[in-house]
Amino acid sequence: MIIETTGLTREFRVREGLRRRTVRAVDELSLAVTAGESVGYIGANGAGKSTTIKMLVGILVPTAGEVRTCGLRPVQDRRDLARRVGVVFGQRSQLWWDLPVGESFEILATIHGLRDGEARARSAELVELLEIGDYLATPVRQVSLGQRMRAEVAAALLHRPELLILDEPTIGLDVLSKQRLREFLVTQRREHGTTLLLTTHDMGDIERLCDRVLVVDHGRLAYDGSLDGLARTVGARRVLVVDLAAPAADLVGLPDATHIRSEGGGLRQHLAFDAESTTAARLLFAVSERAEVRDLSIEEPEIEDVVRSIYAASR
Amino acid sequence: MYGRLLVAGVRRQSSYPLATLAGLVANATFGLLKTGILFAAVGSAGGTLAGYDVGAMSAYVWLSQGLLGSVNLRGRSDMMLRVRSGDVAIDFLRPVDVQGAAIATDVGQGLFALLPRGLPSVLIGLLAVGMTMPTSLGPYVLGAFSVLVGITVSHAFVYLLAVTGFWLVETRGVTVLYMSVAGLFAGLYTPIWLFPDWLRAVAEATPFPSMMMYPVDVLTGRVTGGDAVGVVGVQLAWLAGVLLLGQVLTRAGRRTLEVQGG
Repeated sequence: MIIETTGLTREFRVREGLRRRTVRAVDELSLAVTAGESVGYIGANGAGKSTTIKMLVGILVPTAGEVRTCGLRPVQDRRDLARRVGVVFGQRSQLWWDLPVGESFEILATIHGLRDGEARARSAELVELLEIGDYLATPVRQVSLGQRMRAEVAAALLHRPELLILDEPTIGLDVLSKQRLREFLVTQRREHGTTLLLTTHDMGDIERLCDRVLVVDHGRLAYDGSLDGLARTVGARRVLVVDLAAPAADLVGLPDATHIRSEGGGLRQHLAFDAESTTAARLLFAVSERAEVRDLSIEEPEIEDVVRSIYAASR
Repeated sequence: MYGRLLVAGVRRQSSYPLATLAGLVANATFGLLKTGILFAAVGSAGGTLAGYDVGAMSAYVWLSQGLLGSVNLRGRSDMMLRVRSGDVAIDFLRPVDVQGAAIATDVGQGLFALLPRGLPSVLIGLLAVGMTMPTSLGPYVLGAFSVLVGITVSHAFVYLLAVTGFWLVETRGVTVLYMSVAGLFAGLYTPIWLFPDWLRAVAEATPFPSMMMYPVDVLTGRVTGGDAVGVVGVQLAWLAGVLLLGQVLTRAGRRTLEVQGG
């Protein structure tokens, strides 16, 4: 087990005016992750995701319960653990704000005690794969968000950690940047067998990167299993929205798709489909045999919706 | 590795030349002000005041002004901002001692500031005002070490202020308190040797003279030989004490750490 927690709990004291209230951010959480797995850790805002991660890496001290990461006790063995784990907090930077990107890498390599040749080779590899070369000499404060995130990921992987933890790695990124980052992470996992744990609000991250999903709600584990299983449990399907040239009758009876509702007397129709059994293109083809399509959009299931339905189902 | 962080501090500081220039101008202005006031005091005391003649007083003024960019008497630090914003979480993710890393970076910035802020200040003192400096090598060698220790003591102390943020969150009050006390007792406004006896005794019971007054004394040759070594010994003792307290507070603070901002 690369991550193992038993009854992990963390409480915070929140001050409200003069009164103090205790909030349980993580509530008796028990989970286990095997080396090499790729796990999506999802939940609504304030569900306890970040708090869990901070306990896994020894930033926060648990209120109760046990936690082992890479077989180490995160708080006591913080420095040993830091050599074996890479972490990216999407909202915080581990780079030196006023120094060039490349110099941040050099400092981190020294901090991790990498030998010069090794550090240079690894840095060059990551710079090439993540296309950082163009802004290697630019101060961190002057690079774009997408560029910075790639640099953050490179920084977290410099010391070849066995476990990579990403907290909202794609937050605020445009479609292309997201895509490049995901592709890189898939390759890294394939080539180095790095264990991946990521939190995200983006269903696309989970679909493309994770083979296991943990859903946390109010600090408790609400679901643990495959993404398909999750989709089956909550019916997290994609929705194809088509605008037709002329009002048409409800498009029922299409293969592998369900008509949800129509608007404007049948001008706009919402069709849910399971991405496992069909594709948007095939569905569109089936629709266009019955009516002329003028415009279309595809709605991805929102993680919040998935979590909400899981929570509703578990009660 | 802490050496590398020190160099990073140097590099950070050197990326803001205009800020450094502004600091220098402010330094020089206040240096001239201090020169005027303290020269008048020496003059009205009949040429020497607490062992200072105008040459020695000028040396005090321009060396202490020169150290102002390197010795942290303002109480603000990067670490304080990091505790406040929660970015300190990142520091705990690194295989380094958080206190050691923070202080190494700050001392690096402080050492760098000796070039663009320390040196010009001393040159103004030498060329425009004239100052009496030792003629042998000894005071300079020991003085350089004393200055290094002084800079480190100040940043180690300011680190203590930063980690109070683990409990206080709002550390502005602590900073203001430090700013008013540290400047006075470090000998920024006047040498502490001009204080009334009781106030000087209070100052000497604090680590503040170790930050600026003692290094200036050693460097200008006000104290020499065995006495000077003793003064540096006092500095080192304060440094050890302040660093130890920092370790204790960092450990205790982690227990209460809540990481601001999620």
